[in-house]
Amino acid sequence: MEPRIGVYTCHCGSNIAGTVDVAEVTRFAQDLDGVVIARDYKFMCSDPGQKLIKKDIKELGLNRVVVASCSPTMHEPTFRRACQEAGINPYLFEMANIREHCSWVTEDKQEATEKAKALVSAAVSRVYYHEPLETREVPINPNTLVVGGGIAGIQAALKIADSGHKVYLVETSPSIGGHMAQLDKTFPTLDCSACILTPKMTLVGSHPYIELLTYSEVEEVSGYIGNFKVKIRKKAKYVDADKCTGCGICQIKCPAKVDSEFEAGLGKRKVIYTPFPQAVPNIPVIDREHCIYFIKGKCRACEKFCEVGAIDFEQQDEILEVEVGSIIVTTGFEVFDPTPIYQYGYGRLDNVVTSLEFERLVNSAGPTDGEILLKDGSHPESIAIIHCVGSRDEQYHEYCSRVCCMYSMKFAHLIKEHTDAEVYEFYIDIRSFGKGYEEFYNRILSEGTTFIRGKPAEVTNIAETPEEKGKLVVQFEDTLAGLQRRLPVDMVILSCALEPQPDAGKTARLFNINRSADGFFLEKHPKLDPVATMTDGVFIAGCCQGPKDIPDTVAQASAAAAEVLAMISKGKVEIEAATAIIDESICTSCQACLLVCPYSAIDFDEEKKVCRVNEALCKGCGACVGGCPSDAINLKHYTNEQIVAQMEGALV
Amino acid sequence: MNTFVEEVAATPGGEHILSCIQCGTCTGSCPMASEMEYPPRKIIALIRAGMRDKVLSSSSMWFCLSCHLCSCRCPRGVKPSELAHALESLATQHGYRVKGTRTPAMYRSFVNSIKGNGRVHEFGMMLMFYLRTNPLAALKMLPVGLKLLLHKRMPLIPKKVKGKEDLSRIIQKFREVRSN
Amino acid sequence: MKQYSYYPGCSAEATAIGLGLSVEVIAKPLDMELIEIEGWTCCGSTPYGSVDELESIVVAARNLALAEKAGLDLVTPCSSCFVTLYRAHIHLIDHPRLMAQVNQALAVAGLAYHGNLRIRHLTEVLSNDITPEVIASKVKRPLNGLKVAPYYGCQLVRPRYGTDDTEFPQSLDRLVECLGAEAVYFPLKARCCGGALTISEESRVLGLIRKLLDNALENSAQCIVTPCPLCQTNLDAYQSRVNSKFKTHYNLPVLFITQLIGLALGIDSTSLGLNTNIVSPGIVLEYILRQEVKSGA
Repeated sequence: MEPRIGVYTCHCGSNIAGTVDVAEVTRFAQDLDGVVIARDYKFMCSDPGQKLIKKDIKELGLNRVVVASCSPTMHEPTFRRACQEAGINPYLFEMANIREHCSWVTEDKQEATEKAKALVSAAVSRVYYHEPLETREVPINPNTLVVGGGIAGIQAALKIADSGHKVYLVETSPSIGGHMAQLDKTFPTLDCSACILTPKMTLVGSHPYIELLTYSEVEEVSGYIGNFKVKIRKKAKYVDADKCTGCGICQIKCPAKVDSEFEAGLGKRKVIYTPFPQAVPNIPVIDREHCIYFIKGKCRACEKFCEVGAIDFEQQDEILEVEVGSIIVTTGFEVFDPTPIYQYGYGRLDNVVTSLEFERLVNSAGPTDGEILLKDGSHPESIAIIHCVGSRDEQYHEYCSRVCCMYSMKFAHLIKEHTDAEVYEFYIDIRSFGKGYEEFYNRILSEGTTFIRGKPAEVTNIAETPEEKGKLVVQFEDTLAGLQRRLPVDMVILSCALEPQPDAGKTARLFNINRSADGFFLEKHPKLDPVATMTDGVFIAGCCQGPKDIPDTVAQASAAAAEVLAMISKGKVEIEAATAIIDESICTSCQACLLVCPYSAIDFDEEKKVCRVNEALCKGCGACVGGCPSDAINLKHYTNEQIVAQMEGALV
Repeated sequence: MNTFVEEVAATPGGEHILSCIQCGTCTGSCPMASEMEYPPRKIIALIRAGMRDKVLSSSSMWFCLSCHLCSCRCPRGVKPSELAHALESLATQHGYRVKGTRTPAMYRSFVNSIKGNGRVHEFGMMLMFYLRTNPLAALKMLPVGLKLLLHKRMPLIPKKVKGKEDLSRIIQKFREVRSN
Repeated sequence: MKQYSYYPGCSAEATAIGLGLSVEVIAKPLDMELIEIEGWTCCGSTPYGSVDELESIVVAARNLALAEKAGLDLVTPCSSCFVTLYRAHIHLIDHPRLMAQVNQALAVAGLAYHGNLRIRHLTEVLSNDITPEVIASKVKRPLNGLKVAPYYGCQLVRPRYGTDDTEFPQSLDRLVECLGAEAVYFPLKARCCGGALTISEESRVLGLIRKLLDNALENSAQCIVTPCPLCQTNLDAYQSRVNSKFKTHYNLPVLFITQLIGLALGIDSTSLGLNTNIVSPGIVLEYILRQEVKSGA
């Protein structure tokens, strides 16, 4: 068919017309091969602008359209839609960017006009070779996988499940709840953490649409948006969930004790255990690594005392294969280990604790029943809280962990509530940014906590005066007073950074998501798309994306749930048409393309011994096209013909 | 941006001064902080305030021991101990007279000893230093000096150093190259 | 036989003569050949950099150029020389224009520096090249339990030019232990003795020396051992000044690590320059010999 091209040059107000002579560009375009009509207009993206295009398509029988205006990321969809509405395939359209690539970056008007002409000429040459392409639609499986059972995962799962759609909630530890379950009170309202969390946990445990898979891990993920296949390993609990009543006798009778992860190592748990009393599900698991039966073949006390015969030492890991349409990753964070910071004495001096350890000390369900005690069992009379440990530090984590100022001030309040101790907050800056946070800071100040601006140089037990004997001495500069000082205290709390989980790399590879330089998972756009990732259908929420407080975590989790529900509600998703296509008759099965594809979008057909592109995963990046040594791959909408024509057109 | 900050940031040792967040870890770590009128963090604040004369005529940086605790602990990579020496060099090069410490005179005697002998002749250097600054102080030092002498640790005559002339010529040439 | 270009440093012939002697005498038994750099001159140390920063780099660079010519690793027993030479080296590599200028100056003496030199401290060479295991195998007179406080000083571990921890290093402890001695817990082992300012500001730094002596004695040390010539002179020769100022009675021998190694290798005290130590190391020698008699060696 003879090409009948319409070229439309946009003024974009003065953004383009202020630099580029749009009239001249239009005159130039009219003379190009194949161009039937060339117009210019103030704002092509506006209604009247689009009407111009549609009218010409109908009345002049145009079958190709070029718009010379802004960047395709701005309005390519707009003009494609206009073409479609007027009756021609949206891929028979090409945009020439004469704004971001021309008028906005060129000072000389003459130069800018010449460049605009070249860009238009290139677009016209290219569009000649455009083929009509059809976008495919794939259905969305309405099931969702949520990975990680902390508050983010719980919130996302509930929001989706409440809409009547099924959620698989996978959690690696024996119970959901995450770090929030370990906290005492939460800032700034001083709500009891467990009191606001456990109702949600119970809802999850009994929800008809949530399949709760605790003590489980995701092993394999394949597929694409709307159609993921996931393999989940349910680790053997050695307890029959159907029989167990949660009576707790096995935990009482078990003779073996190990450090409790939930108590941050400050307390013990049994080898058959639920991490904490309000665990959901309230079914204990046997920690195989430390169980006397598994190590030596003796004991089995739990089995002896279980009245319903729920202990099953023969139980095996189970692999569950599920199909879901979307995945939300909510794997949370880990607390920085301050041992490498020798000068703060953690792990070497008694009574230097991390923030998480202190949460357990002050929690009434904790290892000391909520009494703040020193190692020797006595009460501290003075406590120093050091901010920014491992954060804002080029030697550990450059970023600010966002919540430490607030939780440090919370600690001050709790200490004053539980004891008569003096509290000293050592800070560099106070970050109390959220709703009610600055007011909380004022409250803590008025309660008599002493704030000292100065990051301590060291914590030592080497006394220089009689008052310092037997104490921990914080040496620092009081920067506001301008003095180097030493302060003897009984206890030091290190407000440690929040960092990515140690297996974040493995998780990222599993779900095909990227990580930013600080190791947290990377969102699609920091401002405009904070819960989506570069892999369509996989979302992130909560601290796995970056340190944040509970309000922001819950907001992100709801946001991810909303995006998933929007997809489910639509029921289908459009697959981008500009995908790669492999000519199977040329393919030599070297699989170079498979290795090079960043989206894992190429599969090898073992039978036919050729590679095949999965159109749903393919993003049209072209890496395989360049990488194929046999030139067997072509990229739709970016064919060699089209690109060469574009180049030739530009050399006007 | 005032020119003194720019001057310091362009001097080797002062490169990272703009990153300082005034946290005070440096002054907190400094074993000589109580002897300095302006300990490290304060000096950086004064530089950023453009107080060139105040900083360069100060005796504070001359009390730096080069123990580098500050530079190793600084969360922003500022290196205050290297900055201190850069300031000392700037102060010396621009002829600032420093009161309250004899260290500049000591360092100058050290350098002169190198230029004169190729290596530091400790006895000669100490003699020069005390004669220049405070001959009476030498008397207090006598017991230590004598002990060192008696224990064969204070050679009175400088050794003949082979590379001495070469060193002088190199320094001379460098001065020419530099001024171009 | 491992070969190295040896840069003794100015004090090795003067106030730290004990270091100079003991280094040379333990080299052969430990299979090290230390070839003194011919015509080496002072590195400039801290003072030169404080008087004229750029010129101090040239002064250091002359020695780097001499060593580069010889083609072997440069090894120095002096912590300050190590830091000064290493810093100059890094600076020249990071600033090629400066290197060009420096080379213009070095050219008048027929020298040039291209950055192809490994600069190392003797303790690091003993730890990584010779290794404590090999040293232990050559020990003829084990120091059996002598309680030693290993004192690193600051410039050996800071700036972080090596791999030892900057706050609580371990390499010197290992060297002490391989000789059969006990490296006591010494938390202030990497804190400054004030050496750079002892001459010009004595009264203000004596307190630092005192803190170190106290900390060593609190942890039952019978002696202090150090690799740094300035630290040794400070802790040794100025102990009496500490005593006069604070009315104390410290009498803790301070040995060079190379002297301690020499004793363990069976070398006599005069060859090791132990007669130059001001606080008499007599008690240490007595302890070692007593142990020798006890074990019937």
